[in-house]
Amino acid sequence: MRKINYPFLIFILVVLIAAKLLIKNEYYLSIVIFGMFNAINASCFNLLLGYTGIISLGQAAFYGIGAYFAVIVAASFGINPVLAIFLASLFSALTAFIVGYPTLKLHGHYLAMATLGFGMIIYVLMNEMAFITGGPSGFLDINKLKFLGITIYGEHSFYIFVAIMFFIFTVLFEMFDKSYLSYKLKFIKESEFASKSFGINIFKTKLLVFSIAAGITAFNGGIYAYYSGFISPVSFNFSYSIKLLTMAIVGGLGTVPGGIIGAAVLTALPEFMASIEDYEMILYGCFLAITIIFLPGGLTGLIKRILNKNAAD
Amino acid sequence: MQFFYSGITSGSIFALVALGFNIIYNTTGIINFAQGEFVMIGGMLIYTLLSIYGLPFLIAAPLALMAALILGAIFERVFIKSVRSPNEIKLITITIAASIILRGLGMVIWGRNSLSVDAYVPYKILELPAGTLTSNSLLVIIVSLITAFSLSLFFKRSSLGKAFRACYDDKIAAGICGVDVSKIRMLAFAIAALLGVIAGIVTTPITYVTYTDGIMTGLKGFAAAILGGLGSFWGGVAGGLLLGIFEGFFASVFPSGYKDAFAFLVILAVLFLRPKGLFGKKKAERL
Repeated sequence: MRKINYPFLIFILVVLIAAKLLIKNEYYLSIVIFGMFNAINASCFNLLLGYTGIISLGQAAFYGIGAYFAVIVAASFGINPVLAIFLASLFSALTAFIVGYPTLKLHGHYLAMATLGFGMIIYVLMNEMAFITGGPSGFLDINKLKFLGITIYGEHSFYIFVAIMFFIFTVLFEMFDKSYLSYKLKFIKESEFASKSFGINIFKTKLLVFSIAAGITAFNGGIYAYYSGFISPVSFNFSYSIKLLTMAIVGGLGTVPGGIIGAAVLTALPEFMASIEDYEMILYGCFLAITIIFLPGGLTGLIKRILNKNAAD
Repeated sequence: MQFFYSGITSGSIFALVALGFNIIYNTTGIINFAQGEFVMIGGMLIYTLLSIYGLPFLIAAPLALMAALILGAIFERVFIKSVRSPNEIKLITITIAASIILRGLGMVIWGRNSLSVDAYVPYKILELPAGTLTSNSLLVIIVSLITAFSLSLFFKRSSLGKAFRACYDDKIAAGICGVDVSKIRMLAFAIAALLGVIAGIVTTPITYVTYTDGIMTGLKGFAAAILGGLGSFWGGVAGGLLLGIFEGFFASVFPSGYKDAFAFLVILAVLFLRPKGLFGKKKAERL
């Protein structure tokens, strides 16, 4: 087994601290915060597709479930938002378990379409159940996030909060990457027949990973809701699921830096190009197509090859 | 009964899209996530030719159909054929990439507004038992049926059609017997694009066309294909019509906003209960 990649974790930590010290502009800070949300979600997608071979086109639904659940439960029952976020995460994992039970028996196209269908149903419900969700115009009545007596509000305090969360998740992903479970998953991805004959319960393992990914995505979604102070179905539609897929694939499937690099590049790039909004999805599509055709390992694979070449020289 | 008539109208569109899915699936084993985008492009093309260039319909429609064939062929060469060591996941994602590129291009070229063209036939209302049908809807139904029948003839009778079926049964054997498998794959995409554009042309006067239409149309067509049994030709047609009728009925009972969720409930229900579909022969792979 490989060892945990400490230089990588230290690098992430340094970048996070440097970003806090160097970036004073609140708008740029917000881009970094969004980048971190995307990175965690893309890493969860990576967990599914990159490690286990589950193609889930409904990840935005879990993000949305987390956001809506955390906000609505806190507002209606007057409980602490942080507790509500944990409840949302549990609820989403449970939903994933129930949805995954019949779905994960399917493969390839069928699985892709089933998860896509689930995502669309949740999207329609968010739009139509206006009496709970506020409908297409969204949900505005969001409290402030209070945590151990500290109120988290504004870009600067949210940056610290999200950065800590992001770093913790990155460490967890890195530990997972070097764990027995990740080898088991990659074995399943390589060959289901072979892993079955080794006595691995494929279905149970897939269900576990699917539920964990949904729980983390929803946790993230809950925090996103408190950060943005406003949620509407548009943030959780099919395009967002596709963006996560693109980030994970462009970054590199089956690697920890993959989700982070993909999210960083694809969150930052549209921001650097003025008036790119119309072309954003084309950009995502082209990146995705180019990666699949020319760069099977994604950006991570490319960086690794360059580093190895330099080391060999 | 009214929901039955309106259901058949939308159902025949789903059937056309489902056939597009089936033709590609049968010859290449790929589900083309961009199938709905072909419908959107069909609507946009006919709008451009009729309303912007002011061409008469009898010139505009064949032009749009030719464009569809070329578009489908290019689509296959650029996106599908260029994938090295293809596997199912890669092929799914490459068609997703293609679909968002097409959608994005649709928005950049034609803007975000809903576009519409004048009806191709004079507006008349047909009185039917317990309901009505407009002349436009009738046109949609007739065109779809004619398309389905001529395709079925093409596959059954023509030698090219037989080559398609040979590719479905066994690619390697078909290749040995002198079938150009690569060309057939390209043609399959061209025909699927043609079907999409036909659907786009006939629906644009009724439903308008917006750049985002492709997602819903594509997914409902897929739901129809799944319902009928993926890969089954007449199953796709029957699935489309059934889905349309069910959806019309659903919309008459529940608030119409929930209508779009219905197709996905159908997808999920069929996948869970009977993955081979109502009329399919091949069993979907299960763990």
